[in-house]
Amino acid sequence: MSLKDKLHSLKLKYKGKKMAPAFNAIHTFLYLPNEITHSGAHVRGADDLKRTMNTVIMALLPCLIFGMFNAGYQHHLAIGEITAVDGFFGSAFWSIDNLVVGLWKVLPLVVISYGVGLAVEFLFAVIKGHEVEEGYLVTGMLVPLIVPVDTPLWMLAVAVVFGVVIGKEVFGGTGMNILNPALTIRAFLFFAYPTWMSGDKVWVHGAVERANEIAGGAQLDAISGETVLGALAQGKQVAYSASDMFLGFIPGSVGETSALLILLGALFLVFTKIGSWRIMLSAVLGALVMGLIFNGVVSAEWIGTGSKFYSLMSTEFWHHLIIGGFAFGVVFMATDPVTASQTNKGKWIYGFLIGFISILIRVFNPAYPEGVMLAILLMNVFAPTVDHYVVQGNIKKRMKRLKVKTA
Amino acid sequence: MAEVTEQKVKEPKEPLFSKKNKKLLTDPLADNNPITIQVLGICSALAITAQLKPSIVMAISVIFVLGVGNVVISLMRNIIPSKIRIIVQLVVVAALVIIVDQVLKAFAYTLSKELSVFIGLIITNCIIMGRFEAFALGNGPWKSFLDGVGNAAGYGLLLVIVAFFRELLGSGTLFGIKVLGDPIEKTGLYAFGYENNGFMVLAPMALITVGVIIWVQRSKNKALIEDH
Repeated sequence: MSLKDKLHSLKLKYKGKKMAPAFNAIHTFLYLPNEITHSGAHVRGADDLKRTMNTVIMALLPCLIFGMFNAGYQHHLAIGEITAVDGFFGSAFWSIDNLVVGLWKVLPLVVISYGVGLAVEFLFAVIKGHEVEEGYLVTGMLVPLIVPVDTPLWMLAVAVVFGVVIGKEVFGGTGMNILNPALTIRAFLFFAYPTWMSGDKVWVHGAVERANEIAGGAQLDAISGETVLGALAQGKQVAYSASDMFLGFIPGSVGETSALLILLGALFLVFTKIGSWRIMLSAVLGALVMGLIFNGVVSAEWIGTGSKFYSLMSTEFWHHLIIGGFAFGVVFMATDPVTASQTNKGKWIYGFLIGFISILIRVFNPAYPEGVMLAILLMNVFAPTVDHYVVQGNIKKRMKRLKVKTA
Repeated sequence: MAEVTEQKVKEPKEPLFSKKNKKLLTDPLADNNPITIQVLGICSALAITAQLKPSIVMAISVIFVLGVGNVVISLMRNIIPSKIRIIVQLVVVAALVIIVDQVLKAFAYTLSKELSVFIGLIITNCIIMGRFEAFALGNGPWKSFLDGVGNAAGYGLLLVIVAFFRELLGSGTLFGIKVLGDPIEKTGLYAFGYENNGFMVLAPMALITVGVIIWVQRSKNKALIEDH
């Protein structure tokens, strides 16, 4: 008997029992479900939730693979074993050594994220007696990509439990959540364990250990794995060129560094009509507008070079798109169909404000220069309000038209 | 004319701790808890529950203010003109809160510094005015006393539960004693890489902790779940 038949017979055996959703989920995940529509079928679409989720994961894969190489690259670069590459295909970057370090550091993050998250999902499905929803497939892939490589695994596990239970399950599971679960997990990590989520030690594997060794009296050079944003927030010189930032050879969370590959993912999502181009475009516009305003403030000399906001404000406006997690957040998390605005006009407003507020937070909150996470979470909360007013506005407009006609 | 005989309708004397009176005291502890069921007094539950010690002091203060206040209002209930009853109630709470504040300042100065304005803000605690209005104005002093103590104890109980989790997970201590080991010298749990959860110390986690307690309570007692 094949595995599929075995699973099917198990499903029939446990039908109606408490464990049934768990078997159903494994079965549906590995194969096509055997269930056929019982009453009259209506419209058949192949793009069910599972396919939607898989498409997003495909769009994320380049970022994940690049992230693994980059984890190793940053590590080896920091300890001085290799020199910096200049082209995208530099052999010092795409080496087996880098990949080994990357796999060693990133794969556990992926495993913990999926293992813990799906365990919580299965548990809730069994207790509440509904089918396991596919919603966690994307969240589970997003989470390892938006945390620093050196995040301790138990912290990630705690955060995943918190994010899935408080961010999603208490609202009724997939499709009912107000906040993006992946960002809820990241926000929890950030507020609970700030020393592991910011600063100049956590972004490059080995920097924390090196710092401990130096504190223990070893004669070694400290590793500074500062992100571009971190350096800017403290008014330091940025050691990376714009092409480095665009291609992604910079320290940062695992999957967020390469704007090029994120752009690729964005094109893929737009082409398959999974991600909303309106949100992505308007968010980029919002960021550019805010960046231009700050550049204007600097060139009008309203603030001096002594101001602590000076270096972030004077950052060229388009650099904001390729540094930090902005691109990743806008493409993969602002577009989450559950938590974003639903109406087309609402999407423009929602996206624009995300871009606008992200850069605002970046500049004015030097303690934590990455604003895109908080901007998206804030706009998640406001998305239903935006939709409400868009719909009301539409109703009003049509009422007016009706009145003119009948009058 | 018929003779009007003065007939005193004498209520049957109730024992001090009759079933009904006991219920006044125990109901607010669980099934009618002011925080988890009536959702009152949330503000102070957020503000001072980061640590156990101030929570307990707060709980005792509120028990005193509400217990005594309820008795005072109940004794005055027939002479308070209903138009100005809110002001009278405020005067009573204010007087009691000032007593608590002064006592704390005299005997536990550091603690009173820690609690700062929140002792003064007991005046605005919705539970207190709520019990004056809803109970003390219509019941005798003994019952009002039990009701006041019961409600304040229910409030205090929640405060202590929330503070227990927030102090244990947020600072790794209980009453300031390092029960999980020393985070700087890396002893106890910290030797294994454990770290305090800074989020627990922030106010949002108090709200979420209260939310989880409400969740647990209602899933244990389905009768508490409102229809909607």
